[in-house]
Amino acid sequence: MDIDWDLALTSLWPLIQGGLMGTIPLSLASMALGLVLALLVALMRLSSNKLASGIARAYVSVIRGTPLLVQLFVIFYGLPSIGLTIDPWPSAIIAFSLNVGGYAAEIIRAAILSVPRGQWEAGHTIGMSRTLALRRIILPQAARVSVPPLSNTFISLVKDSSLASLILVSELFRQAQEIAAFSQQFMLLYIEAAAVYWVICLVLSAGQSRLEKRLDRYVAH
Amino acid sequence: MSHTDPAPVLTVEGLRKSFGDNEVLRSIDLSVTSGGVVALVGPSGSGKTTVLRSLNGLEIPDAGRITFDGGPVVNFGSGAAKRELAALRDRSAMVFQHYNLFPHKTVLENVIEGPVQVQRRPKADAVRDAEELLGRVGLAEKKDQYPHELSGGQQQRVGIVRALALRPTLLLFDEPTSALDPELVGEVLSVIKELADEGWTMVLVTHELAFAREVATEVVFMDGGVVVEHGPPETVLRNPREERTRRFVHRLLHPF
Repeated sequence: MDIDWDLALTSLWPLIQGGLMGTIPLSLASMALGLVLALLVALMRLSSNKLASGIARAYVSVIRGTPLLVQLFVIFYGLPSIGLTIDPWPSAIIAFSLNVGGYAAEIIRAAILSVPRGQWEAGHTIGMSRTLALRRIILPQAARVSVPPLSNTFISLVKDSSLASLILVSELFRQAQEIAAFSQQFMLLYIEAAAVYWVICLVLSAGQSRLEKRLDRYVAH
Repeated sequence: MSHTDPAPVLTVEGLRKSFGDNEVLRSIDLSVTSGGVVALVGPSGSGKTTVLRSLNGLEIPDAGRITFDGGPVVNFGSGAAKRELAALRDRSAMVFQHYNLFPHKTVLENVIEGPVQVQRRPKADAVRDAEELLGRVGLAEKKDQYPHELSGGQQQRVGIVRALALRPTLLLFDEPTSALDPELVGEVLSVIKELADEGWTMVLVTHELAFAREVATEVVFMDGGVVVEHGPPETVLRNPREERTRRFVHRLLHPF
């Protein structure tokens, strides 16, 4: 197979643009919203209120038990038939946030449970309410524990965001598909897209290591 | 000089608590006078730690009453409200067996957390107080270190300072030296002794009978969820009236 180096070079910028304008903002927005949702769901699951924990449990079960692609299609192609039409970008962000919310909720719940009970008691003995102890004592320690698994969630999300190409969001993979269809250089474009994804994920992994080191300063080695 | 007993700072009446079928407290009465040092001793499972934790709202008894002079009066059994548990914690502070320092905060941050975040005292005041207290237990130069960088004895001294910084009426110690290496026990006990000499009111659960004899104004011997006998340390620890107390003291003094 001859490699069309010209095409490889001229297509690189559109792919990077797809990453910078599509994949990365889509992933960041979905992760941020998803984490807020996940914290809420984790606290609901840990709550002694049966209704709240039941709702949270059902939500996590549905999200984890159905394919992300199906969730995305329900929102973008399904909802219009009940009169609710959502544009591609918001559809993608909603689907991905809901998905992250389900997975990250379990991570955050486990991280909160991993903080020893004595830490809650120490918070209470200095007069803290549950909410204050959670915020000042428990969550900072849970954050340290949950950084590696949450980073995995984020890296998965970056890759899964390529599914948004199927609802016409012009992100990285969509760009690759369009150029490939036009030039008929499928192998070249898809390998190139894979390479750009890989570089993004390498950068994210490096960021994860730095964050872990920063949070590690109070942990014994 | 008056010989009338000072009014109790704390009165405990009829405290009961079960964990499932296991009745760990069967009606406990207790009182602590101002400046008094009450040592709770007894075999493990006797309920002494449960009594201590109840005073700090960390355990909720099934029945009974805890009264602090000047409030609160907390009646258990009718579902003690969160507000009442919080009121108990306003008056007392606990020093834990395993220190339970906040690992993500420096020594100084551990100490000022309660005063600043809960008691809303100005940070500068809280820091000044904390530094003064840390200096008194010989840890002034450790203030910016994290707990894992300290020895067990140092961590427990920070635990004591964290409790002191809240300016509680009553200090509670839950086996403060039993997690420590033997050579570190002395430094912690001498801090507690100093506090007793300064007139702090405290209740401590301990297995250190020699220490209890030296600092306690009253020793309470518990077994099987009841107070078997209580009184001055010379009496309870040297000439116990009850056979159970005698056996316990003998076993601790002559383990072999």
